[in-house]
Amino acid sequence: MKLVRMRPGHGDQLLAEGDPDLDADEARLVEAFRRQLELGMWAAVPTREDERREAMLVRDFDEVPREAERVIFIPPAAGG
Amino acid sequence: MSAAAAVSLAIVCVALAAFAYVPELLRRRRMRPRPAPKPPRGKAIPDPGEQLRAERRAEQLIEEVLGVDALEAYRALGFLHCFGAARDGAPAYGYLIYPHKPIVSFDVATGELLNEHCVSFPDRSEPEGGQRLPDADDALAKWLALRADEHGLINEANMHLPGRQLDPDHVRRDIARLSEWTSRSTADAEGNLDGAGGV
Repeated sequence: MKLVRMRPGHGDQLLAEGDPDLDADEARLVEAFRRQLELGMWAAVPTREDERREAMLVRDFDEVPREAERVIFIPPAAGG
Repeated sequence: MSAAAAVSLAIVCVALAAFAYVPELLRRRRMRPRPAPKPPRGKAIPDPGEQLRAERRAEQLIEEVLGVDALEAYRALGFLHCFGAARDGAPAYGYLIYPHKPIVSFDVATGELLNEHCVSFPDRSEPEGGQRLPDADDALAKWLALRADEHGLINEANMHLPGRQLDPDHVRRDIARLSEWTSRSTADAEGNLDGAGGV
């Protein structure tokens, strides 16, 4: 699983990567996940239902499906 | 003419001249082009390729999340799209997702434009890096938010009638281009953009 963040002037940036089934990796992933939520980022998880591309927003690392390939942190939306 | 009269006359002339010409001189001074400000010493020169590399990385993320066909469509059309809830097995409406422009909702059956939804994703956590995401990231962020929480995003957005920011004729042409694109590769579109098929 990869945790990436969209960054102005940069594109996506890899924050952490690991296997959530391994304790050490999971601890790093959880720490990076919490840090981004503390910064106010939204955590989006691309998913697939059959062949359909979908996505979900999560507020806790426990909500991330174990099989998810990546979590993408995006700045919160604001009316433009 | 006495000396006093001559002095008085001179003072009056100077005063009249000042009254007539000083405003013009001030105006010209204001209009004079100013030299460009020099960059502060020690500050790095902006990297001219930074934005392009950022855009390439953002497009790569579209490919990884939505697939190669979605990236091809984005490059060709300049926007992403997705569809709303289905009615009688077919989507009733869809969204054109432009980078750094409003999302436009449209009636899938008729192509009629419904609304402009103005929303952005400013990153205020690191002000020195700017707030504006690369174009492809902005479009993908909108797509993710729409798929994950359509009502939340639409409620957050400022909603306007079509034509407020985008030329309606241009948007209609984009819908026609999208329809052409998806009908050319219906099999690819199914499951690769959002599985909702063509327009």
